[in-house]
Amino acid sequence: MTSAAPTEALSPDAAPPPSTRPLIELRDVTRILSGVVDTTLVRDIDLCIDRGEFVAVTGPSGSGKSSLLYLLGLLDLPTSGDVLIDGRSTTDMDEAERARTRLAMLGFVFQFHFLLPEFTALGNVMIPMRKLGRLPERQMRQRATEILLSLGLDGQVDKRPEQLSGGQRQRVAIARALANDPPVILADEPTGSLDSKSSTQVFDILQSLVDTQGRTVITVTHDPVAAARCRRRIHLVDGRMVSDEKV
Amino acid sequence: MNLVLDIALTHILGRLRQTLVSVVGVALGVGFTVAMSALMVGSQNDFVTQLIDAIPHVNLTDEQRDAKPQPAAAAFAAVEIHGLRPSEDRRGLRNPAEVIAIVRGIVPGGRVAASLIGQGVARYGGTDIAMSLTGIDPRAELQVTKIGEDIREGSLEALAGAQDAIVIGDAAARKLGARLGDTISVSTSKGLLKRFKIVGLFHSGVTASDEGAAFVLLKSAQILFDRANAVNQVKIKVPDIDQARAVATRIEREIGTKATSWEEAHESLLSSFQIRNVIMYTVVGAILLVAGFGIYNIVSTIVHEKARDIAILKSLGFAEGDMRAIFVIEGVIIGVLGALAGSALGFALTELLGLVKFEIKGGAVEITRLPLYRSWVHYAIAGGFAIVSAAVAGYLPARKAAKVKPVDIIRGAT
Ligand SMILES: Nc1ncnc2c1ncn2[C@@H]1O[C@H](COP(=O)(O)OP(=O)(O)OP(=O)(O)O)[C@@H](O)[C@H]1O
Ligand SMILES: [Mg+2]
Repeated sequence: MTSAAPTEALSPDAAPPPSTRPLIELRDVTRILSGVVDTTLVRDIDLCIDRGEFVAVTGPSGSGKSSLLYLLGLLDLPTSGDVLIDGRSTTDMDEAERARTRLAMLGFVFQFHFLLPEFTALGNVMIPMRKLGRLPERQMRQRATEILLSLGLDGQVDKRPEQLSGGQRQRVAIARALANDPPVILADEPTGSLDSKSSTQVFDILQSLVDTQGRTVITVTHDPVAAARCRRRIHLVDGRMVSDEKV
Repeated sequence: MNLVLDIALTHILGRLRQTLVSVVGVALGVGFTVAMSALMVGSQNDFVTQLIDAIPHVNLTDEQRDAKPQPAAAAFAAVEIHGLRPSEDRRGLRNPAEVIAIVRGIVPGGRVAASLIGQGVARYGGTDIAMSLTGIDPRAELQVTKIGEDIREGSLEALAGAQDAIVIGDAAARKLGARLGDTISVSTSKGLLKRFKIVGLFHSGVTASDEGAAFVLLKSAQILFDRANAVNQVKIKVPDIDQARAVATRIEREIGTKATSWEEAHESLLSSFQIRNVIMYTVVGAILLVAGFGIYNIVSTIVHEKARDIAILKSLGFAEGDMRAIFVIEGVIIGVLGALAGSALGFALTELLGLVKFEIKGGAVEITRLPLYRSWVHYAIAGGFAIVSAAVAGYLPARKAAKVKPVDIIRGAT
């Protein structure tokens, strides 16, 4: 491992480290589920994603889009090949270290909001911060509130998930993904369960994360209009990457 | 508040009723343990106190623990000797005055009574009965035994200075058909016979002695057994009961004959207490085990129900250890609440037992209460055991929670 520890990428004000390493790199990644019949989720994927990229992952249903995202997000381990985050191999990491990397470097947004029902919007956003424990309580609260407000959730801060609309919940989920200021946001059909107005709103937010905050956003989407807004489109068929266009 | 604790609390507060049932289960276990311990230890202590009060703490006799080596064996350094006629020792503790002086030196402040015990036959009218005859100094004897409390008619003090007086068990008197004031004759194997007037009857509740024991003055016994100036038993009360064993050992070493402490004499009784304790703790352990299953059950249910939340937390960056901690803490919270409630319950039960009154009809009607021994140690043991088993009960499902693969659940939800 060389100079850049994962934490360096975190500090909000620092310029991106002068690195030629890609932020995320997949080297010949294959994931096979063994069972009565082995299922290949993804096969032979080689991929480099840099800072500030906005990537759409498209493909027919069952083509392995979600599976790819879980591998990128260290929620799943490849059967062969390696996933490198900021130049570091993650297959050698132990479970706790991968969890720490997820906590500090990766933010997830799923199709369903996956908020904890017992916590308020603010409480949900603060969970990753409290887990990381880098800020004092008061600053966590302040930062979480700021993120929620920046996503247009004024007045919703102290509501519980069941008191929020679908679009609002999804925005809280995005706020939670942003809690620890991760350089990478991974989204799996984040607008899949939303109406078109909310969808546009959520997608606008993702775009602004790339454009104004310089984050890397990788999103799975079925929506051709949304995919068209991304500057890079990866297309999967049957677990293989069949095209990778950059605009 | 700590995040892990915070999450654990939301889980158990979400299942308030089931949590309460589990807490009550633990509380019952802890509460009964505390109350039962108070009663068991209390009655045990009470019993021992009464026993210690009633008997001498150390008993010095003229016996040997092992047969004396024969002088011939020592003289020839022989391994074994056959066909030898053992040299006969005159039995008894020679020079009682010196023995008593040594004992007093070892136990300053102790009470000491020397006596001579032997077998005799009492006769009244046409009836003979075998008797164990003890020659005593009445005043000293009263200080080391409870015989004074057992006198039903007459008195033990009436023996003092009366060489022809005897105190016998009430059942023995009945067998003989003799009463207070009657004169009986007592003979021994030495062929000596002496007439005694009954000046006291005792009832100890121990049949063997009520039917066959008698007390006379030491001097009279020495005459009857033809052992002038001899004693064969010295009873000692020590000021500090815990020293009894040590005192017995020292006396035995210095005097050379067998000295038995009350603990040694009642070893089987004391070990039966231990068996009783083992039984009690087994029962209590079973109660707490059931309570443990309750905790296991609720934590398992939560792990099952909250699988989605576990997946979320792991995807956010919680490690397996964090997940284990959450669910172990849930078990421990229930255990701690149960231990606290159980301590309160145990306290209340103990005080309730303390209110129970008994009427014991002996000679006079006595009112007694249950003997209770209150100690924080009982609370600490019961509570500690409950909390530890709660942690174990939480740990088993917690391991399962830690192994949840977020991908399986997230995939299932989409
Ligand atoms: N646990 C599993 N057991 C067997 N097959 C599975 C399992 N999980 C996923 N698959 C299969 O793996 C393939 C890839 O699944 P994945 O969820 O990655 O597809 P996807 O592109 O995200 O599809 P969608 O657009 O419907 O979300 C699918 O064919 C799916 O049926
Ligand atoms: Mg999918």
